[in-house]
Formats: sequence, structure tokens, C-alpha cells
Amino acid sequence: MVAQNIFFAIIALAMVASAVRVVTTKNILHAALYLVVVLAGVAAQFIITGAEFTGVTQVLVYIGAVIVLFLFGIMLTRARIGREEHVDGERRWIAGVVALILFAVMTYALVDAFDTEALDAQAVLEPQSTQMVSDAIFHDYLIPFEAVSFLLLAALIGAIVVARRE
Amino acid sequence: MWLNQFLLLGAVLFCIGVYGVLARRNGVMVLMSIELILNAVNINFIAFGAYHGTPIGQVFALFVIAVAAAEVGVGLAIVLLIYRNRSSIDLESVDLLKG
Amino acid sequence: MTPAVLFASETGAMTAEHAGWFLENAWIFPAIPFVSFLLILFFGKRLPKKGAEVGIAALSAVFVCALIAGAQWISHVDAAGAEHGSEPAGETDEGGSHSEHSAARLGVVRQGTDLKLAGTGSSAEEGTASTKEAVKEGVEAAAEEHHVVLPVVTEWKSNWWTIGGIDFGVGTFVDGQAVMMLFVVGLISLLVHIFSTDYVAGDIRYTHYFAFLSLFTASMLLLVLANNLVMFITAWELVGVCSFSLIGHWWEEQNNSNAALKAFLTNRVGDIGLLIGMIVLFFTAGRGETFNILDINIAAASGTVSHTALLVASLCLIAAVMSKSGQFCLHTWLPDAMAGPTPVSALIHAATMVVAGVYMVARLYPVFFEGLSIAGSPINALALVGAITTMVGGTLAFVQRDIKKVLAYSTVSQLGYMVMALGVGAWTAAMFHLATHAFFKACLFLGSGSVSHACNHSFDMKYDMGGLRKYMPKTHATFLIGTLALAGFPLLSGFWSKDEILAGTGGFGLSEGANGNYHLMLIMGLITGGMTAAYMTRCYWLTFLGEWRGADSPNAHHAAHGHDDDHATAVAHAGHDDHADAHDTHDAHDTHDAHGGLPHESGPRITIPLMILAALAALASLANIPEAFSFVPSGWRLRFEHYIEPTSTYFPKISHAEFSPAIAAISIVAALVGCGLVVAYFRKVQATDPKATELADGPVSRGGLPKVGYNILANKFYLDWLYTDVIVATVKGPLARGANWFNKYVLDAIVNGAATVSKRIAGFTYSVLDQQVVDGVVNGTGLGASETGGILRRMQNGRVQGYAALMFAAAAVLAGVFVLAI
Repeated sequence: MVAQNIFFAIIALAMVASAVRVVTTKNILHAALYLVVVLAGVAAQFIITGAEFTGVTQVLVYIGAVIVLFLFGIMLTRARIGREEHVDGERRWIAGVVALILFAVMTYALVDAFDTEALDAQAVLEPQSTQMVSDAIFHDYLIPFEAVSFLLLAALIGAIVVARRE
Repeated sequence: MWLNQFLLLGAVLFCIGVYGVLARRNGVMVLMSIELILNAVNINFIAFGAYHGTPIGQVFALFVIAVAAAEVGVGLAIVLLIYRNRSSIDLESVDLLKG
Repeated sequence: MTPAVLFASETGAMTAEHAGWFLENAWIFPAIPFVSFLLILFFGKRLPKKGAEVGIAALSAVFVCALIAGAQWISHVDAAGAEHGSEPAGETDEGGSHSEHSAARLGVVRQGTDLKLAGTGSSAEEGTASTKEAVKEGVEAAAEEHHVVLPVVTEWKSNWWTIGGIDFGVGTFVDGQAVMMLFVVGLISLLVHIFSTDYVAGDIRYTHYFAFLSLFTASMLLLVLANNLVMFITAWELVGVCSFSLIGHWWEEQNNSNAALKAFLTNRVGDIGLLIGMIVLFFTAGRGETFNILDINIAAASGTVSHTALLVASLCLIAAVMSKSGQFCLHTWLPDAMAGPTPVSALIHAATMVVAGVYMVARLYPVFFEGLSIAGSPINALALVGAITTMVGGTLAFVQRDIKKVLAYSTVSQLGYMVMALGVGAWTAAMFHLATHAFFKACLFLGSGSVSHACNHSFDMKYDMGGLRKYMPKTHATFLIGTLALAGFPLLSGFWSKDEILAGTGGFGLSEGANGNYHLMLIMGLITGGMTAAYMTRCYWLTFLGEWRGADSPNAHHAAHGHDDDHATAVAHAGHDDHADAHDTHDAHDTHDAHGGLPHESGPRITIPLMILAALAALASLANIPEAFSFVPSGWRLRFEHYIEPTSTYFPKISHAEFSPAIAAISIVAALVGCGLVVAYFRKVQATDPKATELADGPVSRGGLPKVGYNILANKFYLDWLYTDVIVATVKGPLARGANWFNKYVLDAIVNGAATVSKRIAGFTYSVLDQQVVDGVVNGTGLGASETGGILRRMQNGRVQGYAALMFAAAAVLAGVFVLAI
């Protein structure tokens, strides 16, 4: 368990640092790249907790497709290469206050609710298999699955409709 | 491993994402911050799933990933449209709702 | 002694039974002239004689009714005497038994009930004691005549109106003196009416004149018959108003309206005394509940009212007498009142109105008798006022050249006699003199009116008259008879009445049976008697003897006379019976000379009243032949006193003085001396020039004391100067200015100060409280709302991230709430 905690700590630190950089950097491209780091870290965390399939899916979908979408978006909106001065709104201190309040509330709630609950070490070492996941999806949660696929279809068509050139 | 460490990590990411949504001017950056939020939520799901030993956490996380992807697509399409119409995606200048 | 007097009103009806219709319904006496007044006022102008016929008809009716009322009263008195038989008179030493007897017949009860009436006061006892012997023989000789006669008091309505818990009633009080006044007023008013139809013929206010004559007669009759003080005061004021209106009949001339105002205002001054006196009587003798004259008299005579109260009331009422009856201090209006037409002077200022004061004293005699302690004293206020007045009137009559003013001062002097008589206790003498004076003074005034008609409407003896005996025989004869009566020629009425007064003073023991020892009054009365003869001789001489001065008098060609009795401009004569030529406007008096310029006798409407009055002046004294003349049957003696003097127990036990030959002789001598001196003077004056009226180098022109004396008299003892230039001027000048200063700088300053303070407060309230505080709050509310809006508006900036921030914050707060609280 110690190794997992160490890895968790290192990856969490990297993630948090990158996330902070995502929201504070003045270079929009760097923000995307920092986001990649965060996403990767999330995938690593998935694997640490034994959610292998989701971790892999995370890498595939997020880092593979979403980031590419972001990059295309940056390109198509002629984002400035290099530092851009006015990337933050004028009222970012309000945002900071709100975030802090939110963090305070959440922290208090979490600490109060799950004080030092531990994850089951055995379950982590024996990860849940992909089969279990697919069983769950296609057996218990079939309808949400179909709904999601419908959603994806609608999003696809919608995006095309919205963004096509007249 | 405590459950709380994952949850707290998720809380931190969430709050950073909230900050980003509220503070960033660029529309794409806002979308990126939304991704942060969604990923924080995913961590929560997975943690709880591992905690309880059910695959439901993973299932939900997969759904979130799918929805996030769709949402990014549509969102970027909208941002492109804004850019096309206003030649700028500075959200501070989009104040047509001003009243 | 315990007072056990009950008011008549408390014990039932007051009237004597079957006293005669006119006595019980005496309301017709004021009513007839009043109706005539209204008729003349509304319809007079349209009538053929312009209202005079209505007046004469009404007055004839009144006179006839007065005669009938007199007859009824005489039979009433006789009837009361016949019932009594030989009841002992009031003046006995058995005061107690008499009062018991008379109490039953006082009319305080209806027949059959007995009422114990307590003694009638100590003054009666004193008077009784001093006159016991003198009166006893008179008592026995006239036993059947001294009985109690009920006055006929009719209460029409005892509470005609009520205010403040006091009832005011109306009613009449008919007794001997009222009946006498009815006769006198009725007769003289009728004769004046007839006289006026000739005298003011053609006047522009002819109808108004007759209307007010009727109103005056109505008011005077109301005054005479009033049975309570409120009616009396009302009638008193009414006669004052009529006097004012009639004096100022030709008000176009400033002098006339000034004289009218002077008369009215001087009377007003005296009316203060009247009101205070009446109020005092109401609260003391009337016990604060009644104004009834009979009740007040009963209370005053019974000795239950405090002497001080009666004294105060008497003194206040004396002030009223001073003004209305022309007594010393307030007599100044009477001579000026001669500005009115002569018939008015005859009626109002000689015979009737001016005697209202004397009548009042006679009516309320118990008040005066007790209040001033008339019996047994040598002097009292009433007698003193009267005596001084006689002297003042007598002296001032010497320096007048206007015949009416001579007669006016003579009236003042004779009124002084009457008041003096009342003051010394000679009640009957005063009333008798009132009647005889009315006759001969009216005769003299009307005679002067006739004379003036003949002499350019002028009254100036020195300029316009003289030698008229040749031209106006009837006027001359009547005027002479009147003069002799006034001067006190033996056998004419003035002599008898004046003598009774002088005997009544009881001074120096010259007469028997008087109430007191008024030496000073006797002296003044005798001196004035001499003066009366003297100035009347002067007046008669200047008017009728000598040569006529009118032809070359400056007044013959005057357009405007200084005389007060002149007609105003624009007089259109309707035509005289006896003047063949018409009198044109005043300016055309030059044409008066066109018919020879000599005076001529007046027509029958003027001379017949003169003759009637002269006859009465001569013969009226027969009504009161003194007891001493025993050759006259006893049934013929003292008729006046028998019928007129009240004998009820409320009337004080005054004693009647005997006829005194000594006083009669002295007064005759005084009159002859006065007359003789004047005759000698005028013989000397007219020895050189028949048309002269005074000595060219007389004592006055030589300066020194005579001149000073003359100036004092000519300025009427400087009384007018005192009243007008001192008293009034002080009030008008310094007092008025002082009051104005006070008003302007003190009172107005306070008021203005209050206003300024209010203004300041208002300003402060407005600018601070309203503008700043209240408006501040109101504006602040609006401002707050708008500011809040302004603040909140910034949220609506259209920026999504702002909205998102709000949402997240709200979510966080809610989450916190849920976590922490729930």
C-alpha cells in the first residue's frame, strides 16, 4: 500500500499543479497542454484505484479526442501564439472567493462524513474486470447506455448543424 | 489509502475548475475548465466505486466521459460560431443579455 | 320687627275688582297712538291731510278714553271710600292696628284672607310722631276720605320672556298719578297736534313729524302705565329717541342735529344712573327675582331692604332724573333742545318728557323716602339738587334774548321745584305742580310759537318782537295769563302749586305739617320765585310791550337765521288758512314785508289751543284747594290729593303741610319786588327810545363785577365749556392718543410678535423639519431604492460568467446550509 500512496501523492501533486497552471497561464496553448497532464494524471488515478477500463477509456477519449478538439478549437479561433495579456476576466477575485467557499464547504463535508475511511486494499489489488463493467452496462444500465448513444448522435448532428458554413 | 484523499483531490480539482470557469475570458479556456470539473467528478465516482466494490462507479464515469465528449464537441461548435460572428471569443464582450 | 311682606305676585291676583274697563285694559292707551304711528308712517303720504288726521283722531280717542278712565278712577276711589266708612287714617299712633287693617285691603290678598303685615318702618313712626296733632283734626274732618285705595295692576303676562332664570313680564299699573298723567299727556298732545297742523304746515317732513308725535305719545303713555322696571326703562329710552328725532326735525342745519345729539347723549349719561339704580333695586327690593314696581315699593316701604341699598339706588336714580328732567349738572341739553319745532318743545320739553324723571321719583317714592331719609331731616340729595336747579334756571333765564330759551330755563327752574318738592316730602305738591306747570308752560310755548309765526319765524326778542299786544290780542292775553301763572300771581294755578311746595319744605317753622325742616330749600325757593317773576316780566315786556322792532330788524332780510327753529331750505307751503299770501322759500322772506310787514294774529288752530291751556292754567288750582279755606265745602277741598295720592301701605306715611299764609305772603312780596324792579328798569330803558331793549350805559357795559357776572351767565356757568372742551376734549385728545399709542405699540406689538414667532416656527418647520428631515427620509427611501437598483443592476451585465459565479456561490451557500444546519 505504501507504493500506491506514494504514487498517488506524486501524481496528485502533479495534477493539482497542472490544474492550477491550466487556469492561470496566459498562454492558451500551454493551458491545453497542462490539461493533458491533468487528464493523464486522472487516468493514472483511475488505474491506481483499479478502474482499468475507465482509465484506458479516459486516455483514449479525453487525451486522444477531446484535447485534439481543443487544439482545433484554439486554432480555428485564432488564439494568439504565445502570451496573451487579457486572458482573465476583471472579476477573477470573485471567482477565487467563490471557489474558496466551495472548497471550504466541500472539505468540511468530506472530512466530516468520511473521516478516515479506507479503501479496501484487497479489492484494489484485484481490480474489477472489464467484464464486470460490461455486464453492468449492458445488463443493468442498458437504457442509460442507449440514452447516451442517442445523446452522442444528437451532439454530433447538432455540432455539425451549428458549425457548418452557410 | 483513504477514501478522503481521492475525494479531496477531486474537491481541489473541482474548485480549480470552478475558478477557471468563472475567471477565464477565453471561451475555449472555459471549456477546458469544465473538463477539469468533469474529471474531478470522475475521480469521485471511481473512488466511491472502489470503496464500495461495485462497478457502478466505473459505469457512471464512462457515461460522464461520453457526455463530456459530446459536450465539448457542441461547445466548441458554439464557440466557433461566436468567433465567426464576432471575430473574438472574449466572453467579457458577449453581453447581449445586458439589462 | 319681623318682615312678613309677601309680594303681590306670590299671593295671587292684584287687581281691584271691577275697577273700570279702561283701568283694567289700560293697554289701549299706548296702543292707539302706536297704531297711529304705524299708519302714518306707512300710509300718511297718501292721505289728504298727510297723516295729520290720523294723529289727531288717535289723540282725540286717547283723550276721551283718558277722561273716561279718570271718571272710572274717581268712582273707584269713591267706592273704596264708601266701603270703608270711617276707618282711621294712616297717620295715627296706632301704626300696628292700621297696618293690620289695611293689610287686608292692600290687595295683597283676595278678599277673605287675612295677612299680617309688619310695621312699615321706623321712618313712618318718626313722621307720625311729629305730625300727630296737626293731622288728627284733618283726619277727623276727612275720615271717610283716608282709606286704602287699590291700584289697578293688570299683569298681561308675567313671563313674557324668560332669560337666565328671570321672568320679564308686561302689564299696567294704574293708579291716581297714572290717571292724572294720562289726562295731562293726552290733552297736551292733542292740543299740540292741532297746533302743529298750522305751525309746520307745508314742511317737507310733515308726515314724519306727525308719525313721531304719535310714537312719542305712545311711549310716554307706556312709561306712565308701566308696571315693571324693564318696561319703564324701555319707554324711557323710547321717549329719548323720539325727542332726538323731533329735535333734529330740521337736521339740514348743523345746529339742529348737534342739539339733537347733545340731548340724546346727555340723557345717555344719566341713563347709566338709571340702569344701575334699577339693577340695585332689582337685587335688593326685588329680591333678585322681580322687576315689578308694586313689589319693589312694598319691599322698600316695609323696611326689610337695607337702607344703604335704597340710598345707593336713590342716588343713581337721581342721576337719571338729572339728565331727563334737566336738573343741575346735566341740564345743558334742554336749552339747546329748543332747536326743534315749537310744538315739540311744548309737548316734550315742557309738559311731558322732561317730567318723566319727576314721575319716576314719584312712582318709586318709597325707595326715595326711605333711602334718602326724607322725613325729619334738614337736607337731602334730592332736595338739594332740585333747589340748586331752580336757582340755576332762574339766573340763566335773565340773559337770554331767545324767547324759547327763556322758557327753557324757566322749565329747568320749575322742574327743580318739582324735584325739590319730592325731596322734602311734598309728594302731592310736586305732582300738582307738574300738572299746572304742564298747562301754563305749554301755553307759554305755544304762545311763543304763535308770536314767532308773526315775526319772521324768529325767536329773537330784542330784534324782532315788541309791542305785539296791539297786533296779537289773543296770543297776548293767553301769554299774559300763562306768565302770571308761572310767576305765581295769586289765584292762578302756579301760585297754589308753588306755595304748596314751599310750605312743604317746612323751613323755619313757617308751615305746619311738613316732613322735615328744609330751611335752605325754602330760602332758595323764595328767591327763585322772585327771579321767576322778574325774568318772565322781562320776557313779556320785550315781547308784547313797547314798540315793534321787527321792521328794521336785521333778521328781516336774513336768508339764514342763527335761530334754531328756522325752516330748512326748500319749504313748500301747502297754504295757510289765514295768511292770504303764500310763504315762499326761506330766501323770500323779504316779501314778508310786502303785506305791510306788520305782525298779525295767528289762525284759530293756533289760538284755540292757547285759550284752552290758558283757561286750565288759570283754573287748575281749583283742584287742590287747601284745607285751610274752610269756606269751601269739605267735599271740594284737596280733590287732587284725594284722588291722586296713593294711600296703600306701600306708600310712605308722608305728612301734608298746611297752607301757610306767612309763606304765601312772603312769596307774593318776592314776586312783586322782582316784577317791580324789572318794570322800573324797562321804563327807564324805553323812556329815551321806545324801541330800545337795554340801557346803553347799563351796569354791564361799565365793566367790573356786573360784567363778570354777566359773562358767567352768558356762558351758562361755563358748564358747556367744561363738558365739551375739557372732558370730551381730554378724552378725544390725550386719552384717545394714549389709547392709540397703547394699541399700536403694545397690543399690536404683541400680536405682531406672536405672528413673527409663528412665522419663524413655520419657517423652521418648513425648511428643517419638512425639507430636510421628512423629505430627507422620503428622498432617502427613494435614493436607497435607486442606489440598490444601481448596485444590483451591475449584476445584469450580460456576462455569463457573472451569472455563473452567482450560481456557484449560491450553490455553495446552500450546500453549506445543508451540511451545517441540516
